[in-house]
Amino acid sequence: MTVDWELFLSSFWPILSGAIVGTIPLTLMSFTFGLFIALGVALMRLSHLRVVRAIGWFYVSVIRGTPLLVQLFFIFYALPNLGVLIDPWPSAVLAFSLNVGGYGAEVIRAAIQSVPRGQWEAGYTIGYSNTQTLWRVILPQAARVSVPPLSNTFISLVKDTSLASVVLVTELFRVARQIATFSSEFVLIYLEAALIYWLLCLGLSGLQTLLEKRLDRYVAK
Amino acid sequence: MSLNNQDAPLLEVRGLHKSFGDNEVLKSIDLTVKRGEVVTIIGPSGSGKTTVLRALNGLETADGGEILFDGGPELDFQYPIGSEHRYALRNRSAMVFQSYNLFPNKTVLQNVTEGPIRVKKTPKDQAIAEAEVLLERVGLREKRDAYPFELSGGQQQRVGIVRALALKPDLLLFDEPTSALDPELVGEVLQVIKELAEEGWTMVVVTHELSFARQVADEVLFIDGGVVVERGAPAQIFTKPTEARTAQFLDRLLNPLH
Repeated sequence: MTVDWELFLSSFWPILSGAIVGTIPLTLMSFTFGLFIALGVALMRLSHLRVVRAIGWFYVSVIRGTPLLVQLFFIFYALPNLGVLIDPWPSAVLAFSLNVGGYGAEVIRAAIQSVPRGQWEAGYTIGYSNTQTLWRVILPQAARVSVPPLSNTFISLVKDTSLASVVLVTELFRVARQIATFSSEFVLIYLEAALIYWLLCLGLSGLQTLLEKRLDRYVAK
Repeated sequence: MSLNNQDAPLLEVRGLHKSFGDNEVLKSIDLTVKRGEVVTIIGPSGSGKTTVLRALNGLETADGGEILFDGGPELDFQYPIGSEHRYALRNRSAMVFQSYNLFPNKTVLQNVTEGPIRVKKTPKDQAIAEAEVLLERVGLREKRDAYPFELSGGQQQRVGIVRALALKPDLLLFDEPTSALDPELVGEVLQVIKELAEEGWTMVVVTHELSFARQVADEVLFIDGGVVVERGAPAQIFTKPTEARTAQFLDRLLNPLH
C-alpha cells in the first residue's frame, strides 16, 4: 500500500481547522460551563439538607448512568417533539456541559472532602463565613487534588466532542469523514484524524503537568 | 464598645451543656474569666475540656447554657443559634489549634494577614506591618514568605499563635497547643504563651503540661465526665487536691508507669 502524501498534506489543514473552529471551542466552552455545574452539584451533594443532597445525587446518577450519545440525541432530536428546538452548537455545548457537570461533581466533592476538617475551623476562627472559607481556604486546596482526575475528564471531553458530528456540528471528525468519503482513503484520513486528536491531548497532558507543578509548590516533597 | 461593663468579668459561662447524640459531653460547665487572667483546663481525654473551648469559639454549638462577654448581652443556647451569634463569639476570641491548622496554600504572612485584611478590614499595609511585628516577637520574621510545610512543628505553632494574635481578640483560646509537637519543640511554644500571659493577654488553655499550668495559670479547672470536678489556684490543685478524681488524674500524669 502506498501512502498518498499529497492527500495527507492537503487534508491536514482542513481537518485541523475542523479542530480549530469545532473541537477546541466546543471543548473549552463545555468544560467551563461543566465545571460550574460540577461545583454546584458537588456543593449540593455536601449540603446538610437531605432534599438538596438527593437532587445532586439524582443528577450525577442520571448523567453517569446514560450514554452521552443518548443525551446528545435527546437534546437535539427528541426535545423538538416537546417544543424545545435548540441549534446544533448549543445542543452540543449543553449536552457536553451537563456531562462534565456529572462526572466533575464527584471529583470536586471528593476533593473538597479530602481537605481536613481543621481547615474549615481555621477559616472560621479567623472570622470567615462558610462561603469565604470555601472559596479562600478549601477550594484552592481541593483544586490541587482535583487536577489529575479533572484532566482525565477534560481529555475525554476532547475526544467525546467527535460525537457532535452526529448533531451536524462541524468539527474535526465531521470534516475528516467528509474528506474520507470523498477520497475513499479511509485508512489514511482516519489515521490522520486520530493523529490530530492525539496531538491535542498530548498538549493538554503537558499543560496538566505544568499546572500540577504550580499547585504543588506549597506541598512538602 | 459601649456595652462594656468594667466590673463584669470578660467571660462568663453558665451551665454549658452539649450532647453528641446520646453522649452527654458537657453536663453543666460554669466558667468565669476576668480580664488578664489565665485559666487552664486539665482533664483526661474525652472529658469535654476541648469541647468547652470549641463552644467558646462557636466551632461547636452548645445545646444549653449561656455565654456572656463583658456581662452581656448573653448568648443563651436554649434558643437557636444563628451564624451571626457564631461571628460574635469569633469576634471576641481566637483559637490556637492542637494541629496548628495553618493554611498550607498560603505563606506565613498570608496566614497571619488573612483575617485582619478580609474580616477586620484592616488596610493591607497596616495589616502587613502589624503581622511583621508579631512575627518578629516570636522570632519568625525572616520566615514571612515561607509556606507552612517549610517550617518545623514548633515554628508552625508559633505562626498559629501569631495568626490568632493578629485578630486582636479579647480572649485567646489554646487547644492543647503543644500536644502534637516533638518533645524538644514544646518549650519554644510554651515560652511564647507564657510571655503573652505575662503581657496581660486573657487566655483559656487546655493542656497536659502540668508544670506550665502551674507556672502560668491563675486558675486551674479539672474537668472530667463533662463537669468541673475541681477548680482553684494551681498551688492548691497540684499539691492539695480535694477531690479523689483530681488526685488520681494528677498521679497518672506524673507517674505514668506504675
